[in-house]
Amino acid sequence: MGAKLNAAASGTANYVDERTGVGALVKYFSRKLFPDHWSFMLGEVALYSFVVLLLSGVFITAYFEPSMTIVEYDGPLETMQGVEMSKAFESTLHMSFEVPGGLLMRQIHHWAALMFTAAIVIHMARVFFTGAFRKPRELNWLVGFTLMILSLAGGFTGYSLPDDVLSGNGLRIIDGVIKSVPILGSYISFWLFGGEFPGEVLIPRLFTAHILLVPGLILALVAVHLFLVFLHKHTQYPGGGRTHKNVVGLPLFPVYTAKAGGFFFVVFGIIAILGALFTINPVWNYGPYDPSPVSAGTQPDWYILFVDGALRLMPGWLGPIPFEWHIFGITLPMNILIPAVIIPGLFFTTLALYPWIEAWATGDRGEKHVLDRPRNAPTRTGIGVALISFYMILAMEGSNDIIANLFHLSLNDLTWTFRIAIFVVPPTLFWVTKRIAMGLQRKDRELVLHGHETGRIVRHEHGEYIEVHEPLSDQELWLRVNYENIAPFDAPEEYNEAGVRRKGMRWQRFKARLSRFYFEDRVEPVTPAEYAEAQHHHGSHDDAAHESEHELAEAAKD
Amino acid sequence: MSLENTTEPGAEQEFQDPGVPFHRPRKADVDPKAADKAERQTAAIFGLSIVGTIVALVGYFGMDMGESVTSIRTFNAVLGLGIALAMLGIGIGAIHWAKTLMRDHEMVEERHEMRSSDEAREGAIQNLKDGVEDSGLAGPKRRTLLKGSMITALAIAPLAFLVPQIASMGGDWNVSKFRHTMWAKGVRLTKDPDGTPIKAADVTIGSAFHVIPDGLNELEHGKIEEKAKAVVLLVRLNPEDLNVQEGREDWSFDGIVAYSKICTHVGCPVALYEQQTHHLLCPCHQSTFDVANGAKVVFGPAKRPLPQLPIEVDDEGYIVAKSDFHEPVGPSFWDRLMGDDSTDDEETSH
Repeated sequence: MGAKLNAAASGTANYVDERTGVGALVKYFSRKLFPDHWSFMLGEVALYSFVVLLLSGVFITAYFEPSMTIVEYDGPLETMQGVEMSKAFESTLHMSFEVPGGLLMRQIHHWAALMFTAAIVIHMARVFFTGAFRKPRELNWLVGFTLMILSLAGGFTGYSLPDDVLSGNGLRIIDGVIKSVPILGSYISFWLFGGEFPGEVLIPRLFTAHILLVPGLILALVAVHLFLVFLHKHTQYPGGGRTHKNVVGLPLFPVYTAKAGGFFFVVFGIIAILGALFTINPVWNYGPYDPSPVSAGTQPDWYILFVDGALRLMPGWLGPIPFEWHIFGITLPMNILIPAVIIPGLFFTTLALYPWIEAWATGDRGEKHVLDRPRNAPTRTGIGVALISFYMILAMEGSNDIIANLFHLSLNDLTWTFRIAIFVVPPTLFWVTKRIAMGLQRKDRELVLHGHETGRIVRHEHGEYIEVHEPLSDQELWLRVNYENIAPFDAPEEYNEAGVRRKGMRWQRFKARLSRFYFEDRVEPVTPAEYAEAQHHHGSHDDAAHESEHELAEAAKD
Repeated sequence: MSLENTTEPGAEQEFQDPGVPFHRPRKADVDPKAADKAERQTAAIFGLSIVGTIVALVGYFGMDMGESVTSIRTFNAVLGLGIALAMLGIGIGAIHWAKTLMRDHEMVEERHEMRSSDEAREGAIQNLKDGVEDSGLAGPKRRTLLKGSMITALAIAPLAFLVPQIASMGGDWNVSKFRHTMWAKGVRLTKDPDGTPIKAADVTIGSAFHVIPDGLNELEHGKIEEKAKAVVLLVRLNPEDLNVQEGREDWSFDGIVAYSKICTHVGCPVALYEQQTHHLLCPCHQSTFDVANGAKVVFGPAKRPLPQLPIEVDDEGYIVAKSDFHEPVGPSFWDRLMGDDSTDDEETSH
């Protein structure tokens, strides 16, 4: 039996290889090494949620009718009897109430979508805070960024398809935002809706985008994303034996085949639990889209909250100053353009360009394959936390009615709090985070120089009490001393030796300023000399004086 | 990693990489019994997956999903949890196997710089140069005419394909449609959604009506588009509380005022009326309008007041419109104030 099976397997392998030469590929991939860390699974969660989206989505397309033709409901749901609704909404009800497993697939699909977008954002944060976007991975950061935008597009187009009151009002908000765009607004609105809002073509158009364009692009870019991961070989966290020139890990086959393959089923299982037990988007409670009704306390899916929050946050009037401007007869609705176009535009542009911004500040051209511990990049970590807090405040403002209701607060006061917080909190958190990171670096220095506290008190012959410190293990020590210490650079002299003025001075000065912003405050890693001296001094009683010497580490500050 | 204590401070010396940590054997690596146990555990977990599949199939064929929300939810839960168990069993089993039984010695592989070798680069450049010369674009006789015409053709050819597509997608492109609504002189204000006309006498002080124009429900085409613009909120205030706006003295009737229900911010229905404060609140972004004061903005992101619909009472006592709105309803757009001819005509006619 076993021998027969072996013969069959080798026969098949031979057949395929003679026609494709795939053997070389198998040789290359099968034992490729991947470093191990839980945070590397975040991207996997995104990928596997996407697979679940495809699997459940195919089923849904078998029942969903993307049509805005109005019909009268005549199904089992009593509350909807005789109600006029689009075929899109009716088919959603039919799928949920008359197709066995239909509601489950809808809920699995929706939960998978929320998981997908969330995993992408958290994965992106991991890549950001560990510096995994640095050379040679800048382009892959851009691919990932585009995937993030596409996931939002996929989510929003799908959310709108059932044509219920909630999603319809969401589309109306999008229409309002589009109309605010200078010059072209009205025309883009007509182009999208095929005429006046809501028209009769939007759902079919969104459907095509949702099941063909967006997932097609996502699939293609996922392929590019993973190809580049293989090409670059995965990054690794710092530790003994790990350098920018090697990769330390376990082979794709069998360890990661089992772990990552198994993890797909775990993600699938968790999404299935969510879909089985937690109702999501019960459109039969909302009713079909009608431009007149709206209900209070409704929320969009989480990834859109920040735009909704920004729209809420922006005042139409600030005392006597209006935020809709009329200039020479044209109308500029800044109360919409600022929160819904300019702020998200700036936010996403900054994110997309971040690898290059940081590279200007470091001036470093080398390949980076060992990740940073976030504490060892205090400015970046601070920027990351500030960006997240900015996003969170907008998202919270998007739920301000829920928050106000829950905690019995005044809605208006809450909005005013967030209006102030959006200016105050991100810079404050930037500063605080940076200081915490540097504090952790100092703690590392202290550990390296003095070792672990043991709690054992020893009395010397001459009567002095000291606490015994235990030196760090080789691995512990290496982790704490082996990080890059980047110093800010100055702009070159404006005139060279021959007295000729350099070109591009403004750009050079900008980069030097950026470099100072990033690296002026820094904690230097312990040098071998400092370490040797600390070992030498160990056990002596001038610990206090000793401490102050290490303040030198911050000498670079001024 | 030992550094000699005798080293002079400041001497050039580097910390040494201690190398990959030693492999710590797991229980199953050293104890065959533990390995056998891990195998049994893995098999049991895979077994759970099989149970899950059975649960899902038995549930699907054996249960009646019924027609009520509750019965469907129960059906959902059994089917979904069966699927979940089937998946989790495979996943957790495979991971348990990998973590306990598969060899876990970390290995090291060298990386190579992404940059291709100088030799390869030179070869690439040479190949391209040769190709360009072969094509005639460079070399002794540069065919610039060829290049220019090709680039121009390539640049504009997409227009032939895209312009008709894009141009067709906007319908009739008549963007001034959203300057007008169904309201006109004499059109009755009727209740949303059934369309019964409203008598002034039925509107008591403090009450609010959601209103659509008479005839909307009979529209064959474009009903939802018209409704999206024409919805109105009708409110009766105590005439003493109503601060009538200048130039609109005859737009209301005995404390009854009608305002567009479409928010001037981004167009949500402004549906929440607070009787005590006379405030209208948009639940989408919380723009708040003061009905007693020309529906001016008192809070939130909107900048403009809600457009007012001029009303009067006809011979039978029903509330009717005196005209269309005097400005476009809903969100702002670039040329909102420029107006088209028809709007101007209407304004002069009243």
